[in-house]
Amino acid sequence: MEQRIIDLQLDRLRDKILLLGGATEAALNRSMEALVNRDSTLAQRVLDDDKIINEMELEIDRMSIEILALQQPAAHDLRFVMSVAKITPILERIADHAGNIAEAALIVNNEPQLKNYVDFPIMAQTAADMLRAALDAFTNEDSATSREVIKRDKEIDISYHRVFNELLEMMIENPSATTGAAHLLFVAKHLERIGDYVKDICELNVYLREAVFIKHSPGT
Amino acid sequence: MEGKISITNLDFFYGKAQALYDITLQIPEHEVVAFIGPSGCGKSTFLRTLNRMNDTIPIAKVSGTVEIDGRDIYSPGTDVVALRRKVGMVFQKSNPFPKSIFDNVAYGIRINGIHSSRSDLSERVEKALMDAALWDEVKDRLNASAFGLSGGQQQRLCIARALAVQPDVILMDEPASALDPIATQKIEELVVELKRQYTIVIVTHNMQQAARVSDRTAFFMLGKLIEYNPTQKMFTNPNEKLTEDYITGRFG
Repeated sequence: MEQRIIDLQLDRLRDKILLLGGATEAALNRSMEALVNRDSTLAQRVLDDDKIINEMELEIDRMSIEILALQQPAAHDLRFVMSVAKITPILERIADHAGNIAEAALIVNNEPQLKNYVDFPIMAQTAADMLRAALDAFTNEDSATSREVIKRDKEIDISYHRVFNELLEMMIENPSATTGAAHLLFVAKHLERIGDYVKDICELNVYLREAVFIKHSPGT
Repeated sequence: MEGKISITNLDFFYGKAQALYDITLQIPEHEVVAFIGPSGCGKSTFLRTLNRMNDTIPIAKVSGTVEIDGRDIYSPGTDVVALRRKVGMVFQKSNPFPKSIFDNVAYGIRINGIHSSRSDLSERVEKALMDAALWDEVKDRLNASAFGLSGGQQQRLCIARALAVQPDVILMDEPASALDPIATQKIEELVVELKRQYTIVIVTHNMQQAARVSDRTAFFMLGKLIEYNPTQKMFTNPNEKLTEDYITGRFG
């Protein structure tokens, strides 16, 4: 089959969004590492790198618009460009949440260390695993895996409620820990939101592959 | 789906060469149906079977049925002139008669004796020109030669001429392929407007045009109907790989 002009542009778009996905994944992993290991240098790096992620988002926007305007894609090509255009801001939002976690880390790292929290790393690991699986599923156009990842969002929600209660108890027992614990509450919320965003990516993966919208359709 | 036009198991031959294979499809009333496909796929041949324009080709042979409003147009005793009045046609190249703008539109009305008086004739011509979105541009020069009009205007004049005899169906064979983008846009807007009153079948090489104006699209290849679906479905998620390959430019 002959190479079309659009193929080259779609390949470039695919490369760009995979780079953005990789950068987002790295931001999330580093922000949690910065928090758990009390590594403020790493937290600052996450914040500094956010600019690069924002630029990547703009670049992908420009490329998507150009392909739509100049190549007028149809069928799978169209679904691919639409999916990329919709996944890109989701990734950027995930990276923003990673930035917020990094900001929290910078504050919490200056506070006395709170007791070790078991559920936090589990929750973060679940979010990171889901994100990686969602990006792999996008690359492979694997809607079956995407549907599995969507189901895992519940795991994060359960962890969130557990962490929430854990931190609440900590604040009641030890009022001097309130500032740190309050920031950690926000971190938990960021992770919970990331789970929701990963779910959105997976829904778009299903659209890309199957041309069906499963968003707002419970049980799909 | 109930069809204004209902085609069943249609085969078409030019002598021994088969040009259409077992075509079955329904064209609903007040919809625009686009036929797309590579050159030589049979889409124009198929269009011309819908008002028996192929009758003029001596070696042409048709089997199967084409029903319009439930009546097979190939049954013996069909009044072909009446059929072509009911199923009007607009061609790729505008073909106005060497007459005035008025007389071009009045021609079909006169030979069919549709009008009741001179003023009725004028009213019918005016209505046809208005329906073809040409009235405002020609109302002050109805007696001028049709050849003085631009290409796009000539094409709309031909559409007015087809509309003047009050057809139910309008067949359009690449009606905008020889026009500039502005004239093309006017024809496309007209097609969308006209479907409120007529059923329209349009053959086009321009896939974006099919996407813009039609409710349903039929994709033909090598004389076969590969896929027929709502246009939105065809251009976002076609059922057939051949359709996908064609509309995404992988061949053609």
